[in-house]
Amino acid sequence: MPDRPLTAEELEERLEDDLDPVLSTRRTAEGPALALARFTRAQQNFVLHWVSVIVKTNSEMGFQFASQVPIALDLMDIEEVEKWIIHAMDVYDKQGLYPGSRAFQAVEQYSCALSERVVGIGFEEVEVVLERFLRGLSGRPLKLIAGDRVFTDSERIFLPACLASLGSPGRNFSLYKAMASFLWAQTRYGTFRRGAEEPTALSARCDAYPQPERAQRLFEALEAIRLTACIERDLSGLYREMMSLQRELGQIVHPSSWSGALHRLRRRNATVRDSFEFLSELYSATDQIPQPYCFQGRMQLEAVESAMQERQLREKEKFRVALKRLVDGQPDTPVGVAQRSRLEMDQRPLEVLNEQGSKVLTVDGQPLIPPADMQALMRSIWQDFGEIPEAYLVPAGSAPYWVDNGGEGRFREDLVDGPRDDNAYVYNEWDYRRGHYRKDWCVLRETDVHPSDESFVEDTLTRYSALVGQLRRTFEALRGEDRLLKRQIDGSDIDLDAVVEASADMRAGMEMSERIFTKFNKSERNMAAVFMVDMSGSTKGWINDAEREALVLLCEALEVLGDRYAIYGFSGITRKQCCLYRIKRFGESYDNGVKRRITGIRPHDYTRMGVIIRHLTGLLRHIDARTKLLVTLSDGKPDDYDGYRGEYGVEDTRQALIEAKYEGVHPFCITIDTEAHAYLPRMYGAVNYVVIDEVRKLPLKVADIYRSLTS
Amino acid sequence: MAKARGRPRGRLVDLAYFPAVILNSALPMQATARNTDDYMVTEEPYYAAQGQEIELFEAAYTNRIPVLVKGPTGCGKTRFMEHMAWRLRRPLITVSCHDDLTASDLVGRYLIVGGETKWVDGPLAHAVRVGGLCYLDEIVEARKDTTVVIHPLADDRRLLPIEKTGELLSAPLQFCLAISYNPGYQSVLKDLKQSTRQRFVALEFSYPAADLEQTIVEKESGLSGDIAAKLVRFAGMTRNLKGSGLEEGASTRLLVHAAKLMASGVAPRTACQAAISEALTDDAEMLTAANELCASLF
Repeated sequence: MPDRPLTAEELEERLEDDLDPVLSTRRTAEGPALALARFTRAQQNFVLHWVSVIVKTNSEMGFQFASQVPIALDLMDIEEVEKWIIHAMDVYDKQGLYPGSRAFQAVEQYSCALSERVVGIGFEEVEVVLERFLRGLSGRPLKLIAGDRVFTDSERIFLPACLASLGSPGRNFSLYKAMASFLWAQTRYGTFRRGAEEPTALSARCDAYPQPERAQRLFEALEAIRLTACIERDLSGLYREMMSLQRELGQIVHPSSWSGALHRLRRRNATVRDSFEFLSELYSATDQIPQPYCFQGRMQLEAVESAMQERQLREKEKFRVALKRLVDGQPDTPVGVAQRSRLEMDQRPLEVLNEQGSKVLTVDGQPLIPPADMQALMRSIWQDFGEIPEAYLVPAGSAPYWVDNGGEGRFREDLVDGPRDDNAYVYNEWDYRRGHYRKDWCVLRETDVHPSDESFVEDTLTRYSALVGQLRRTFEALRGEDRLLKRQIDGSDIDLDAVVEASADMRAGMEMSERIFTKFNKSERNMAAVFMVDMSGSTKGWINDAEREALVLLCEALEVLGDRYAIYGFSGITRKQCCLYRIKRFGESYDNGVKRRITGIRPHDYTRMGVIIRHLTGLLRHIDARTKLLVTLSDGKPDDYDGYRGEYGVEDTRQALIEAKYEGVHPFCITIDTEAHAYLPRMYGAVNYVVIDEVRKLPLKVADIYRSLTS
Repeated sequence: MAKARGRPRGRLVDLAYFPAVILNSALPMQATARNTDDYMVTEEPYYAAQGQEIELFEAAYTNRIPVLVKGPTGCGKTRFMEHMAWRLRRPLITVSCHDDLTASDLVGRYLIVGGETKWVDGPLAHAVRVGGLCYLDEIVEARKDTTVVIHPLADDRRLLPIEKTGELLSAPLQFCLAISYNPGYQSVLKDLKQSTRQRFVALEFSYPAADLEQTIVEKESGLSGDIAAKLVRFAGMTRNLKGSGLEEGASTRLLVHAAKLMASGVAPRTACQAAISEALTDDAEMLTAANELCASLF
């Protein structure tokens, strides 16, 4: 027999326990408790569970949830309610308490949108595919963003968050694709292009008419004719799809006075100038403007102009710097001659020159082939101007140039408190209570350890000289030795012993062995290891010394062994300032720089491990090795200032390690925390860790542990 | 069109061709009975020059300088070698290198035949003896010690020492060594050593320009110009995606595959999906994007 539902009083009592911090005499848990009393015990348990989970993040969010969840349970099933909770918590994570509460309050809209989803399709479902689709269509990369209007600013394409105007998800996807392609066509076929000498901006042209709004709509309709014709010529399959969508949503009829425009704008050589001509002609001649296409959107001219202006400045500098590099890179050109060289560019229009071929650039009559990144830049400039303007063809001077690399996506300004730099990476974090990732939650930066000139490495080697000799000998024995394998089926030489035996067998009437060759076996150790060293504040003092000594001995051993390895230190304070300290990268030799950085390892702040593991797993992904190891040197539990401790920290680290295992990385932990048995098995698994009970033994053990791990 | 089909080629040396063991003396000694004519390229393989590679190769051949051809997969490196073998009327011996290829796989080894040992030349030694073109495909895949064997052969000494027989083979004038490698997907581990690469004249191949690529696709498949042009545009689109989701764009070889499917009556979208998109990636989103790109053209 199922448990009886809780009464309102019981519910109120339970809710009060969790919501206590945000309750007052005027704001009690009575309302939600009354509303919840009519649900089944299972539903009530579900609500109570989530309240207790949410209040761990924020009590006010918990109260908002408790108030709204009765409505949600009426409108949706349990699974959908859970999605609604995750959605609201995501909003809270990204935007804060007020938007988060609003997301809970908007439960009815959420449920409505959900029912639309049956036929409709959401932006996030199409984003990746469409972004790649547009990238494939050529031209500059366009970022897709969900918004409430459909337009492009020539760098980003804004599309609705959800489309449900057609009968099936497939058709709605087609509509998304048609919108994105049409906006791409605006940037590709030069709707916003104007020659370098033409001063009049698009918006100014429209403003010149008595009714700028009407002029713009007319211009949009004319451009739509030209652009659909371009798409028809180049991407006939896409064109057919776009037209079939339009037929479904109502045909577009052009007035008879438009026949001249229709004829000319559909010609191959029509440009945006033709549209302008017809704009002035038709503006006074006709009152009728055809309906816009279903995928057309509305142009936002100001947005386009500001984006273009910024881009043009940026690309001009970038191009001139690239040009300088190209000209200076020529073997016959002494540095500095660049400024005086005569540069010429093949100025035929983009459409004539092959899109993937190199654009022809000559310096003093010598043809030069620009590198791939410069070609992409040239294509982008071509799109804006239809040529490379004369002013661009002056190589940059020798002064150092700061070229902004234009937000390639991995940098999220809103997340980063510290200085803006290229070394910031954004990672998700696992929240075990919600059973979901917190998206883009941690910001990690890579920096070098500040090298130190103390004689630490030499001192260590002297102190442990006996041990070092022993380590070297042990590791030498481990090194991949070439062996001659006998009695092989196939091999480079004959194994005479085996042949004699085989022929004797044969003469005696027995079956002879096929194994009569010797084979030279080169056993290469195909191994890559990353060591992540705890640099948290708690390592201060002799733990830090022991860690550094351990690293010195380890490096000595690994140099003998010849395995590829990298060493990184980690620490940080809060999710926005996770820090990875480079000590030795893959491919870097164990030189003085590395030694000085090992010496320079100092304790810093806290230990947020998940993000570090995710980043280092990413590094290992690019290394080609049969066995990949991730070894952690640590002195305690994961711990950070902003709630990353206890179970939360352990669970996130565990999740990151599971992700690493999926990628083929073997994690291992060496710790000096004698209480580690309580939590390390959960994180690393029962056998993948070693506890060293005395700090002074650490230097002696680490290399040894590595040896037993890898042989 | 008929030319494209059933065309005899320089034969790929299957290493099973050098059977490891022939103990039973009743078996004919096939291993040594390889006929040089087998490696002759008798009919002209179709090849459209991208630049001056044919002249360069001929000049290198005349001056007895070995040749390194580099370029992405499927851009015509092997076809170029076949074409040159036909042009120069020399046998072409191709070895596809792999990470277990040892020096003796190239040079040769002793076999036991009827209670006696017998020396059998490997493909490289065979090519030196008959004065043919020896083409080591994807040389970086081979073990590092293998590349050292070709060093004395690749400079002006032109010698191949055969350690086990004590023989020192001196290459005849007609012999030419060619190696290929793809700089695109090499890892640091599999880079060609400077001491090796600096012995060769290097010819760089890339995907042909659009109109030339279209001609190639038409010739190889017999497809009409319009569809071939669309295929080439589709290839361009996938090449735009290199580095943002795709490791490599579609090669000319894939285009020819798709074109051949279409010529046999497969619908264009299906052919592109099977021969190009699916061959390029397994990633579901990338596949959808590639198929959408294809659908936008056909």
